[in-house]
Amino acid sequence: MKIEISRHKVHNAFAQKVEEISGQNLFACYQCGNCTAGCPVSFAMDLGPHQVIRFSLLGLEEEVLESNTFWICASCLQCTSRCPKGLDIARIMEALRLVILRKKERLDHLEVAELSKEFLERIPQIALISGLRKFSS
Amino acid sequence: MDRIGVVLCPCELEGVPLFNPEVVVETLKGRGEVLPLIHDPPICSESGMEAIRAFVENNELDRVVVACSKPELFGPPFKKALRRWGLNPSLSEVLGIPPAPERASEGGIQEALRVIQNGIDEIRGRKPSKSQKSPFVKRVMVIGGGITGITASIDLGNAGYEVLLVDRLPSIGGRMLQLSETFPTLDCAQCTLTPKTVETGQHPHIRLITHAEVESVSGDVGNFLVKIRRKAAYVDWEKCTGCGLCQEKCPSKVPSEFERGVGLGKAIYTLSPQAVPNKPVINREVCRYFTKGKCRVCEKVCPAGAIDYDQEDTLIEERVGAIIVATGFDLYPKEEIGEYGYGDVPDVIDGLAFERLNSASGPTAGEIRRPSDGRVPKEVVFIQCVASRDPERYMPYCSRACCMYTAKHARLYKHKVHDGRAYIFYMDIRSMGKGYEEFIQQGVEEEGILYLRGRVSRLFRDNNHVVVWGADTLTGKKVEIAADMVVLATAMIPSRGAKELAEKLHIGTDEYGFLTEAQWKLYPVESGVEGIYLAGCAQGPKDIADTVAQGNAAASKVQALFAQH
Amino acid sequence: MVYLYFPGCTLYTKAQNLDEAGRECAKVLGFELKELSNWTCCGATFPLAKDNIMALAPPVRILARAKEEGSTLTTLCSVCFNVIKRTNQLIKGDEEKREKVNTFIEMDYQGDVRVLHYLEILKQEVGFDTIKATMKRDLQGMKVAPFYGCMLLRPFEEMQFDDKEAPTIFEELLEAISCEPVDFPYKIECCGAFQSVGAPEVATECAYAVLNSALKNGAEAVTTTCPLCQFNMDSMQKEIHEHHNDFRGIPVIYFTQLLALALGLPAEKLEFQRNDVDPRPLLKEKGLI
Repeated sequence: MKIEISRHKVHNAFAQKVEEISGQNLFACYQCGNCTAGCPVSFAMDLGPHQVIRFSLLGLEEEVLESNTFWICASCLQCTSRCPKGLDIARIMEALRLVILRKKERLDHLEVAELSKEFLERIPQIALISGLRKFSS
Repeated sequence: MDRIGVVLCPCELEGVPLFNPEVVVETLKGRGEVLPLIHDPPICSESGMEAIRAFVENNELDRVVVACSKPELFGPPFKKALRRWGLNPSLSEVLGIPPAPERASEGGIQEALRVIQNGIDEIRGRKPSKSQKSPFVKRVMVIGGGITGITASIDLGNAGYEVLLVDRLPSIGGRMLQLSETFPTLDCAQCTLTPKTVETGQHPHIRLITHAEVESVSGDVGNFLVKIRRKAAYVDWEKCTGCGLCQEKCPSKVPSEFERGVGLGKAIYTLSPQAVPNKPVINREVCRYFTKGKCRVCEKVCPAGAIDYDQEDTLIEERVGAIIVATGFDLYPKEEIGEYGYGDVPDVIDGLAFERLNSASGPTAGEIRRPSDGRVPKEVVFIQCVASRDPERYMPYCSRACCMYTAKHARLYKHKVHDGRAYIFYMDIRSMGKGYEEFIQQGVEEEGILYLRGRVSRLFRDNNHVVVWGADTLTGKKVEIAADMVVLATAMIPSRGAKELAEKLHIGTDEYGFLTEAQWKLYPVESGVEGIYLAGCAQGPKDIADTVAQGNAAASKVQALFAQH
Repeated sequence: MVYLYFPGCTLYTKAQNLDEAGRECAKVLGFELKELSNWTCCGATFPLAKDNIMALAPPVRILARAKEEGSTLTTLCSVCFNVIKRTNQLIKGDEEKREKVNTFIEMDYQGDVRVLHYLEILKQEVGFDTIKATMKRDLQGMKVAPFYGCMLLRPFEEMQFDDKEAPTIFEELLEAISCEPVDFPYKIECCGAFQSVGAPEVATECAYAVLNSALKNGAEAVTTTCPLCQFNMDSMQKEIHEHHNDFRGIPVIYFTQLLALALGLPAEKLEFQRNDVDPRPLLKEKGLI
């Protein structure tokens, strides 16, 4: 329950990487929770989008990257369209996915091989392509 | 030939190596009879002012151009000093030059010199303003008859000055008249306000010009010529006794603006039973006679024969020496807020509508009943910062009063509906006034009001409920509430027409349309025009306590001005 | 009027029921859908990373080709529409990215193709009044819930498609073809999108919420513009039933299928067998087939 913060941790290299990929200023978030409130999939997240932004700003890389939040995000842009501070939260979620997918280990979130043949036959191309775009390196 | 001197505050030289005194002196000296002065210490200090006086006297100057970075601060005391030294202040000018960092470049220096040179050219040949010669009129016009305007009017009337109090509505009282109780004492708003409105109406030095708008203003301090359009009331107020029979018998019931859509009014109406003046007007947009050509019920029942369907607008011309602008606020229209249903969900109301629901003189006689079906709501959600603190989509500023009035709403709700639950979505609680924080805490601890820290992203109607999707950032969770009623604390915005009025008065407005004061900290009720003062929510969102203080301040400024003549 | 038509990855296969009916309707309504030659997949997601220039290459190539073959590009799929329209705006406004992408694909595209969704053609170019006048079959006031989803509307500033919180274009169409549009709060929510492959249990919850809201508001059918919405809300109803015993089920019909019916096209041509929840019993009950 305790975190130690210092000038080295707050807005650290990880936070800056998230900012660079997303083009968003993490300091601009005033933690109103509007993103979490309107998110159609926040019920399944272990951290709300607003918490992910806070954790990222504090430089808590491990905690953020262990959360399922950005893997659950469906890029529906509801958060982005209503953010009072004009933050494009969907871009922050994308950045977090990419922080992981761009690592040299290439830890894909979705392996096509794990999908059943029956399911692969059922799903439309659009689902598979967009899913792979979001979940694999 | 005019003798013009230039004063440059030394603060303007600090840290700007290129902008050295020699360059300025040499440049300006080369331009005729101008006598430049570079002075040390700063001009706003006592010794600085003394040095300017010596400069003026020794050089027998009659006009002075001052260049500094805070003209709004230095201007007023300097003009007073000029008057003391026997110079006509309207022939001198205090100029603002670009800030130091910009002046550190060659372009910046040229720009500063250009501003100074323009100032010199502008006052050379300037004629003394007429008002210096014409008599100084010690009467004042107060625009806006809300609590601010009333406060200022009573102060000025008590000081013996004649006041014209102009209001757009048929009677005075403004927004406060719509309120049920006021924080943090929960006093009945009408009981607090009515003695004031009555005092205003009966004051020997205050003349009410209601149902009227300012048409034009010319002249300047001491002698403004104002034209006021008094809109046709279709009732002869001289004859009307205020018996109220016309309102009682009027057959058209229409949604009333005063009741904020939660109650009905008549086509011939006064704003309240205690209206001052207690005289009705006809709303011709909805009156059956005016819209359909027949009815005339009010005319038939009026025992005084006061109804006059042919009445026309009248123009009133008056001379006043000073003007106080106290035009108040509106609420941001909920009809423009898409995520909260564009005003189409009947049980989603704004704060003023809740005041009417809770008011003993309101449409439900003070019972909390929701608009859609008249049931007593048991789950009530209050949302703060609606269209406030939202720089991306609505207003970026804090509306200041909402934290307190929402707490008040929730508490008043709990006083009436004991088994109901009140939820307040908030971002921060701003309770800085006297007794305010205690008021909030009492509501939480003793009345069980549940504060949820987060915004509401969306709400929508679902059968009998209003579904609210909010966040509780303290648990980190999305919160869904099936509410019976939702009250939005929408942003305070300048009242309709404030910007147009400001243009008529040649006073400034900010990007949102609030009137701009001469200087935020030290000249909070002065406008940029001498003799015109601002007070209340026309200048920015504030609560009653602050607005009354500004009404007092504006009135004392006018008294000080009048005392000089 | 000739519109360049970009079918996208799914319309030749799983979404033939969207494609075929759309092409047939165009013929009846007197506008030509000229299929873009040599088209590729648009990528099915607009790249949200500021540094992801690569993902812009396919949609820019599509747009550049459209520029060579005409002036207005249209799609039926709302994901394609979103990707192509956003890319178009980006290329028009961002000189640096424009140059990079153009260098990469060896084309010179400036962002000057007009991108319209098929629904916009119906409203702005054909006119709902014309559609009403051309109608051959009365759809009997069938209660249809129009599902907009995300991609037609958001981001609002870039899509400029309709009101972001209370769009109406779909309702206007439904009224023109004598359906009764059902207003329901979830019409602008998310179907679950690509989570049908990432977290299917999450996607089915989303779809369930949408469908249930439509049912609660009296809908007999739901209509969509998007093969991904269609999959999540139609094909995945089997999975929804597994989690929600009370779920009644509801047919989900592409808007082009409804329009084609209204225009009097033969039902056999409309590929209703491809809709997983068979809409034909409902259509029979209404006397439409």
